[in-house]
Amino acid sequence: MARTLITLPAQIRRDEVIEVRTLVAHPMETGYRPGADGKVLPRDLIRRFSCTFDDGVTKDLVFSAELFAAISANPFLAFPLRATSGGTLIFVWEGDNGFRQTETVALRLA
Amino acid sequence: MGCTGPTRRQAIASFAVLLSPAADAAVWPADLAAAVAAFTRGAPLREGRVTLEIAELVDNGNAVPLSLSVQSPMTPADHVVAVAVFNERNPQREVALFGFGPRSARAQVSTRIRLATSQKLVAVARMNDGSCWSRTVDVIVTIAACIEGES
Repeated sequence: MARTLITLPAQIRRDEVIEVRTLVAHPMETGYRPGADGKVLPRDLIRRFSCTFDDGVTKDLVFSAELFAAISANPFLAFPLRATSGGTLIFVWEGDNGFRQTETVALRLA
Repeated sequence: MGCTGPTRRQAIASFAVLLSPAADAAVWPADLAAAVAAFTRGAPLREGRVTLEIAELVDNGNAVPLSLSVQSPMTPADHVVAVAVFNERNPQREVALFGFGPRSARAQVSTRIRLATSQKLVAVARMNDGSCWSRTVDVIVTIAACIEGES
């Protein structure tokens, strides 16, 4: 399991637009780089990311991304979200070699 | 004076056309133009509405902070469906593709990217009505990503 870091503001008011920041520990090996033995290292990328919001009734997509080799190691993504109600945020990273990581974070309104 | 005036004006006008953003698409390499066309689905590309923030002079191409935003009310009737970022000279033309859902209050995203060399970056936004807007920026990179092997 890769380490992830998800940051929400400490205090969230109703209908406020917040910035959700996510980071996941991953080498994002491009498949173009030679290793110590001179051979090209095989590609190992996170290909997809998605964030959905579950308010207990419906699940809505907040943000999604398709990532390529040009994204830096330990992919960082920050995106906005309108906090209309409390609920759960579900984060999913998927990639090469069967990489899949899911994190859930509770969104509580002040 | 009366004789040189029009020709000088014409010369300046033609130079201005070369510098204008609309001429950018014409000077793109074929593979970049093809990658952009695959995203726009043939819709004409218009300059504007997209803001692409990146340092003009990049010290280290391995992690370059990039943030982009698109001017849009983000209502069900008028919103951004997706934004794609393309590069000119990395091994692969695509950098990332971002999708915005009904909970996105603004079409805005920040990330960190790799740049192999000094080059152009193109951000293209596709709206729900199918129209596409773009922004092109030039970046100068002093230490490239991808060159060094495993350290």
